[in-house]
Amino acid sequence: MIHSLFLINASGDIFLEKHWKSVVSRSVCDYFFEALERATEPENVPPVIPTPHHYLINVLRHRIYFVAVIQSEVPPLFVIEFLHRVVDTFQDYFGVCTEAAIKDNVVVVYELLEEMLDNGFPLATESNILKELIKPPTILRTVVNTITGSTNVGEQLPTGQLSVVPWRRTGVKYTNNEAYFDVVEEIDAIIDKSGSTITAEIQGVIDACVKLTGMPDLTLSFMNPRLLDDVSFHPCVRFKRWEAERILSFIPPDGNFRLLSYHVSSQNLVAIPVYVKHNISFREGSSQGRFELTLGPKQTMGKAVESVLVSSQLPRGVLNANLNPSQGTYTFDPVTKLLSWDVGKINPQKLPSLKGSMSLQTGASKPDENPTINIQFKIQQLAISGLKVNRLDMYGEKYKPFKGIKYMTKAGKFQVRT
Amino acid sequence: MQKLLQLPVNAVNIVKSVQGVGQGQEEALSPVLTPDSSPQNWYSAVQPEELRHLRSGGTGETLRASLSQSLHDDLKEMLDSNKDSLKLEAMKRIVAMIARGKNASDLFPAVVKNVACKNIEVKKLVYVYLVRYAEEQQDLALLSISTFQRGLKDPNQLIRASALRVLSSIRVTIIVPIMMLAIKEAASDMSPYVRKTAAHAIPKLHSLDPEQKDQLIEVIEKLLADKTTLVAGSVVMAFEEVCPDRIDLIHKNYRKLCNLLIDVEEWGQVVIINMLTRYARTQFLNPNVNESLLEESSDKAFYASDDEEDEDEKAEVTTLEKRKPYVMDPDHRLLLRNTKPLLQSRNAAVVMAVAQLYFHLAPKAEVGIIAKALGMFEPYLKSFYIRSTDPTQIKILKLEVLTNLANEANISTILREFQTYIKSMDKDFVAASIQAIGRCATNIGEVRDTCLNGLVQLLSNRDELVVAESVVVIKKLLQMQPEQHSDIIKHMAKLIDNIQVPMARASILWLIGEYCEHVPKIAPDVLRKMAKSFTNEEDIVKLQIINLAAKLYLTNSKQTKLLTQYVLNLAKYDQNYDIRDRARFIRQLIVPTDKSGALNKYAKKLFLALKPAPVLESPFKDRDHFQLGSLSHLLNAKAAGYQELPDWPESAPDPSVRNVEIPDWSKCSSRKDRKEKKVEKPFYSDSEGESGPTESADSESDSGSGSASASGSDEGGSGSESEESREETESEEEEEDEEEEKKKRKKLDMTKAKKQADESAERCAIHTIHQISCIINFDTFDMNKITSVFSQTIAPSGLIKMYELLHRITGEGLAVEYCFSRQPFSPDPNMVAVQIQFTNNTNSETKNLHIEDPRLQSGMRIREFAEIDVLAAGESVTVVIGIDFCDSTQAANFQLCTHTRKFFVSVQPPVGELMTPAFLTENDFKKEQGKLMGMNEILEKLTLGEKCVNEHVIVERVTATANLSRVPCGSDKECRFAGKTVSSGCLVLVTVTTKEGGGAQLTVNCEKMVIGTMLVKDILQALSQ
Repeated sequence: MIHSLFLINASGDIFLEKHWKSVVSRSVCDYFFEALERATEPENVPPVIPTPHHYLINVLRHRIYFVAVIQSEVPPLFVIEFLHRVVDTFQDYFGVCTEAAIKDNVVVVYELLEEMLDNGFPLATESNILKELIKPPTILRTVVNTITGSTNVGEQLPTGQLSVVPWRRTGVKYTNNEAYFDVVEEIDAIIDKSGSTITAEIQGVIDACVKLTGMPDLTLSFMNPRLLDDVSFHPCVRFKRWEAERILSFIPPDGNFRLLSYHVSSQNLVAIPVYVKHNISFREGSSQGRFELTLGPKQTMGKAVESVLVSSQLPRGVLNANLNPSQGTYTFDPVTKLLSWDVGKINPQKLPSLKGSMSLQTGASKPDENPTINIQFKIQQLAISGLKVNRLDMYGEKYKPFKGIKYMTKAGKFQVRT
Repeated sequence: MQKLLQLPVNAVNIVKSVQGVGQGQEEALSPVLTPDSSPQNWYSAVQPEELRHLRSGGTGETLRASLSQSLHDDLKEMLDSNKDSLKLEAMKRIVAMIARGKNASDLFPAVVKNVACKNIEVKKLVYVYLVRYAEEQQDLALLSISTFQRGLKDPNQLIRASALRVLSSIRVTIIVPIMMLAIKEAASDMSPYVRKTAAHAIPKLHSLDPEQKDQLIEVIEKLLADKTTLVAGSVVMAFEEVCPDRIDLIHKNYRKLCNLLIDVEEWGQVVIINMLTRYARTQFLNPNVNESLLEESSDKAFYASDDEEDEDEKAEVTTLEKRKPYVMDPDHRLLLRNTKPLLQSRNAAVVMAVAQLYFHLAPKAEVGIIAKALGMFEPYLKSFYIRSTDPTQIKILKLEVLTNLANEANISTILREFQTYIKSMDKDFVAASIQAIGRCATNIGEVRDTCLNGLVQLLSNRDELVVAESVVVIKKLLQMQPEQHSDIIKHMAKLIDNIQVPMARASILWLIGEYCEHVPKIAPDVLRKMAKSFTNEEDIVKLQIINLAAKLYLTNSKQTKLLTQYVLNLAKYDQNYDIRDRARFIRQLIVPTDKSGALNKYAKKLFLALKPAPVLESPFKDRDHFQLGSLSHLLNAKAAGYQELPDWPESAPDPSVRNVEIPDWSKCSSRKDRKEKKVEKPFYSDSEGESGPTESADSESDSGSGSASASGSDEGGSGSESEESREETESEEEEEDEEEEKKKRKKLDMTKAKKQADESAERCAIHTIHQISCIINFDTFDMNKITSVFSQTIAPSGLIKMYELLHRITGEGLAVEYCFSRQPFSPDPNMVAVQIQFTNNTNSETKNLHIEDPRLQSGMRIREFAEIDVLAAGESVTVVIGIDFCDSTQAANFQLCTHTRKFFVSVQPPVGELMTPAFLTENDFKKEQGKLMGMNEILEKLTLGEKCVNEHVIVERVTATANLSRVPCGSDKECRFAGKTVSSGCLVLVTVTTKEGGGAQLTVNCEKMVIGTMLVKDILQALSQ
């Protein structure tokens, strides 16, 4: 299946290679570099690149290309999913998945890759199993290891490998037993020129951080489970129970994990928490353009809209922008033509605005296209779909855990066309 | 160190001995042992040399060593030191070199001798190194073999597995026989993890030496029969790489694979699903054959007769279903049913695999279920709207989907959306959008004019690419029905005054020339204007002016003769030689002179030949023949190792090949049945004796699987068994099906009701036994924990006993049964969960099923289920209600209403269902028992029934009677159980003390004396039977 893996950074250097079968020369990456050159944007590199003897399948995460080399038929999604799992694992181990982090921990990375694939076929990808085999590096452990000579590598087969619940290790003990659930919803929307919603849907996840002793069996029920349209579960969730009773019943993994991701379809009406008034115009024959943008809250259920960030790719003809924000700061990169405005919190009494002029190349004709505006924001304590957790019950253990639920709404791909 | 020095000798000896035993010829073939350097010489030559390496750290004699000397001396010193920490540091640096792609092969001798290092991390890194370089340094790699061989015998399964992993990964041909032996041994290892590793090793060995294929297939066959989920995915992977055409190996394992699927890890799921898709295409009939049958009556007869044969074989299946020309093989159905839940997987590859399975195997009507996961159909149209931030390839794909979704109803929305795309900054995407508009216009006649108009407007776009693309598309559209669009051609003729983009001007001129007959008045005028501006035009425009002139000259020479000559004269002196050539060529062709030959006659045909209208096609066409979701499908080119998806067979191959020894296997689709196999034989044969002749004929798999239990899959160990127990809670649905079947049989045999009751008691007994054996086998856990985990999840569904709420006849076709599922009722922990199953046996829908007017004793509460809107004919549905019985066995009465009728029904709980298991330690139990003495304690002596021969039976009888959990106990004469009443949480403690000669004493301690008394009565009855 997966023959080799190359990690390539933004400047096109191969900084790590790993082979699971016989060695494939790194010159195979030349085909990738060709594709990279052709692509106008870093993310435009085709995910699958055929070469005379191999196929290169890549994902771009954290500005690193993870390029898998395969030689024969395999479902491309299989490889792509696996590469993402590799990145997630690195992130889990090192906190961040950057070139520096990977280089600093190259041995752990190598040990991980060795365990994750055998002969190119996934062997252990479950985080709790990996963590028993290879302990994540911490400063304390590094110090202890140097003194005592103990290692980061487990000597026993992780209990999860043979267990009913491979995602949970046995013998978990905590003094404070707690279970936190974050319901995070992202609004993907396209708003048209006139401010009406063209499409809007909600992608939600429930991320959990469960630190419970023993083998707890949890059930999580919702006030309004029918809202959830298209769900995908962590393998721990008992599907039949969900089908019959719309209850999430599961023995949780230890630590952080994604319990559920769901989708609230475009059929349902999605509340749009912000509106944008804009006037971006270029006049024929003039080297000036007008730029006006005002943001305001709407349908926020009384919650504050925070961490607002507006960005827009201005047309190529724009030389510079001279703008005046009523709050926050803005930057304009004359090379990439990227305008970004860090707004902060929206105050409904005093709506933030960004006004001013853009200078165009003299003599150039007025740009055909109007830029789209991308907006990011966060709303705490609100799940915009209205999803509400009813209760969380624990069976199988005697203690009383601390239970916490947090809601948050964010902008996903939130775009306003002008 | 002394030990290390022995290594090479061992290695060599073992290599030798294995070769001697296994494959004598191998010796002659092997590259190292070729006759020129006789085997004996080789042994003696390597040994001293390598020993020197080991002593000196490779400083010295050999070429390789001298090279390395200069480079990595420090590392070698570290590797040679006695300190593990230094070795580790050295290995880390070496691995970092390998990771960067630096060559570290010269360190091989220094590294390889650390293969037996005690420090596990050093050892692992040495393994990493070995796997990387063994192929290049085969002789030296042999030094490590004996370490791995010892590792293969290690009591630690992780060490056994990693020894096999490394041994099979070092690509050294000479050790093929050793690998083969190791794989064979590991395939029968106790540990499923080691067996999994063996499965992984198979393709490695196969790629190293394809000659081993036959032997490897034997191992695959053996591992395919493995019952653990851990092995399943890996062995199917090996199957796919080594012998994908040996479909016959799958037959016997097909049902097992289907049933295991949900518990296999996600990667294995993908591989298994893809393989089963191919398998199903060879073994089952096309489920969509019906549709073609309706059209072809001749075929119908053929299939009908075929079907009768099928019926004979599968009588019980066909009698249940209506007679149809096509009956789906139950195994086909099994695959579809068992893969469906995987659509909810978090892994996109799994979802895709299921989607392709449904696409290729499901009846057309069912393919819809993947739509949500795939987001393929019309309601999801808006999910495919494109954002400016999408990567180009995503934009193109979304555009493709939108174009395919376009129809009369939504085209206006789609076109409006397309219009915004045309303004995008991504020009490749704009071009694709224009083509998409063109395709919409060809596919949907109604909007052709709208699209054309839209495209015509684009001709004035400033971007050349947009204009060129629009013109190309307009040209294609107009070619389809030019006669209807003379006005557009006229419009374009007018545009020529304004449009400056040369490409667009050229294209318009071509159009006017091509269809000059439709615009007879305008065309000459355009030529007149063009003649005027000829000298200022771009080259491509000039060429088209010449073309236009020529075409007009041929059709309307009266008006255009002079103009043409003028244009040709201008062209004759043009700076561009292409234009001069063209002018000369055309003049010769169209203007008849003495010299112009025969071609002149054909000039009109040459210029105004009817050009075929181009077809606007999806760039994604023509790849249907590849399996969906495969690499080959994505690239539209066959990738190496791609397995063709076979066509459905004309007639179904014999379905009995999938039957496993147990005759009734086909019916036991639920895990429970397989589990029952594990019950110990003595118990089984006993109970069978009692159940008597009424059942022996059709007692499902009970009897069959019971007898097969001897083969009990205990080698699967605790892993496999307990994972099934988890599954059990999830497979209630299937169990109920079975339960239902059983009910049907009951109705056939009302007179023997008593025996039937025995039967269900026996079923309960079986489950409990299993539950216990599960606990016993799970020796790695402490007892208390096990009880707590498993009794919550297993016991409930394992002990289900169905009661009738509404008989089919009284209910006028609506049959209602209920059971105490023993699951906690999550909305209210003080309620008993009652699972109610409605079956609609009528031919029409039953609507608005709900509960009304509950009449309850004071204090009792009921939590109704949400109203069931529609229950289709023949369908069943299960709901759960909660009832707070206030710890009494009073019945809860209520009305069950449909849209037409109301039925009075009542649910009366046996006292044992009023409690939930409580988890106590032995000490807690004693303490609590001490508190519940005197009036709260009821003692009863009894004589155990004939069959209560051992502890197991007692435990199973008690837990079947009451929802209690077992409390660990030091004495084997005592069994203790604990529970709490559901409503008030009062402890219920039960102790059974056995005495010599079948006597026993039952003690129940409970604050609620009524409950205690009733429970004593029930348990007494259960135990003395």
